[in-house]
Amino acid sequence: MRIFRAIFAHTSGRIGGTIVLLYLFIAALGALGLTPHDPLMQYRVDRLMAPNATYWMGTDLFGRDLASRLMTGIGQSFTVAFFSVAVATLAGTALGLTAAWFGRLWDGAVMRSMDVLLAFPAILLAMLIVAVFGAGTWNSIAAIGIVYTPIFTRVVRGPALSLKTREFVDAARTFGSSGRYILTRHLLLNLVAPLTVQVTLALAWALLTEAGLSFLGLGTQPPAPSLGLMLSDSRNLMETAPWLMIFPGLTIMASILGFNLLGDALRDILDPKTRRSRA
Amino acid sequence: MNYLTRRLVTFPFVLIGVSSLVFVAIRMVPGDSITAMLGTDAGLLTPTQREALAVYFGIDQPWFVQYGRWLLGLLQGDLGISVTYGKPVFEVILKRFPLTLELALLSMIIALSVGVPAGVFAATHNERPSDLAVRIVAMIGQSTPSFVLGLLIIYALSAGFGVLPIMGEFSPLWQDPLANLSQLIFPAITLGFAFAASVTRISRSAMLDILSEDYVRTARSKGASSRSVTWRHALPNALIPVVTLSGIEFGYLLGGAVIVEQIYALPGLGRMVLGAILQRDYALVQGTVLFIALNFMIVNLLVDLAYFALDPRIRLRDR
Repeated sequence: MRIFRAIFAHTSGRIGGTIVLLYLFIAALGALGLTPHDPLMQYRVDRLMAPNATYWMGTDLFGRDLASRLMTGIGQSFTVAFFSVAVATLAGTALGLTAAWFGRLWDGAVMRSMDVLLAFPAILLAMLIVAVFGAGTWNSIAAIGIVYTPIFTRVVRGPALSLKTREFVDAARTFGSSGRYILTRHLLLNLVAPLTVQVTLALAWALLTEAGLSFLGLGTQPPAPSLGLMLSDSRNLMETAPWLMIFPGLTIMASILGFNLLGDALRDILDPKTRRSRA
Repeated sequence: MNYLTRRLVTFPFVLIGVSSLVFVAIRMVPGDSITAMLGTDAGLLTPTQREALAVYFGIDQPWFVQYGRWLLGLLQGDLGISVTYGKPVFEVILKRFPLTLELALLSMIIALSVGVPAGVFAATHNERPSDLAVRIVAMIGQSTPSFVLGLLIIYALSAGFGVLPIMGEFSPLWQDPLANLSQLIFPAITLGFAFAASVTRISRSAMLDILSEDYVRTARSKGASSRSVTWRHALPNALIPVVTLSGIEFGYLLGGAVIVEQIYALPGLGRMVLGAILQRDYALVQGTVLFIALNFMIVNLLVDLAYFALDPRIRLRDR
């Protein structure tokens, strides 16, 4: 509870937190089917209508309601972002912790493998993985998860290495605690703060990568609504129906902005070192 | 062993890892590569023809022989033949690379020439309304995906001025510099905007840190003007993290060019690799991905070297 109060006492935390909560609420409405219209229903007579009282954000080329599609699309993007960041956090934390704990060969093997993954620009690696396994929601999750795993490995390994040599770890060992107990209870608990910040920022990148993949036609497949795909489809209709571009564009932007602001606030709150020079 | 030596020693190993990953990834694609190459035509092949093709492409050999041959070819600059272009992959890449490289460099120039002064300005006006304004713009910039900005720019140009960025046929810099720049300026702004935002944020926070250092206070107390303190004493040191960021971002610019090239219909490397993925031209995907990763690695290595040259205090142990 204290962390929530701290976030809402922080200016960018308040803005970012509100945006994220609002998106979660909209995503939940979309998931429950509480959209103004059926997002897949084609109202043929109402094709390419500008925003009006019936269709708040207008309709697309097939007469589908843009607002309803955006609501469902937000849920879709957030699902991919949350699951992929969960994959990256779990894999990265496990790899980083064990690399720091066991050291030697395992550490070398893990860190060099992460160097290999880091040698690819994120979107390119995600594209390569999708090329191998095929486009689709679960493959996007796997691809984005793999792409961001090395970042979590690095974030965890560094502090874990220095925590390992601290006295309380020696003390725990003297008391006969098992390696697994020390790893999960002592090391992991001390890494919660940097991990929280990283997770929030990674959610912003994951949203960006997901939108990018689906913009390129490699993410969520039609007719399922996806923000990136909607934006990509709007390109040819830009002059006649600019709302098809403006609303999805702003929706993607604001969601990324929300997580970026929240991540910045969390960094300020949880990491005393950055307080002085926060940007 | 210090960080830099270790970096140099591990470079070839990481390179082998990268090439193996690309090799393995491409071979994990369902179906054999002959079917992938020929598409529906593969069904017309007789077993003897199929076998002959397998021998021709060397895929009748066990994987380690294939990998060995591929690596050997790689060392000689032979990345195989692109099915869609009917030309050596390396030749196809070299034809497309100048555009992507120019786009990335131009975006970088834009980002640095906007981001550094904006960051310095914000730091020297810390906590004032103008600082806040810079920070808000930077935050929005960092949250704007290139494809959103690109479409907005195209829309603004066409709706506001009735013009469209020139798309399609590309004029190289050395043939027609003016046409080339007018073609690349909007894509470069699109790609460089988010990067400029990151540069602004990082130079602002680095400047803030440095402006509170003892040596800056000394310079001030000696009577150095505020302009000289900012630009001569503080900025060079504040630029160190900017150099690191630029190196990392350069790779993202090469990768991010995929989307921007797609929006502006520019015939660069990124658009080509997307086409190759969609058309299942695996030799081309493999070659291009490896080529971009190699460039990224070299740039990062150069940045590490620059890091050492810029700040002799830095002796990185672990990163």
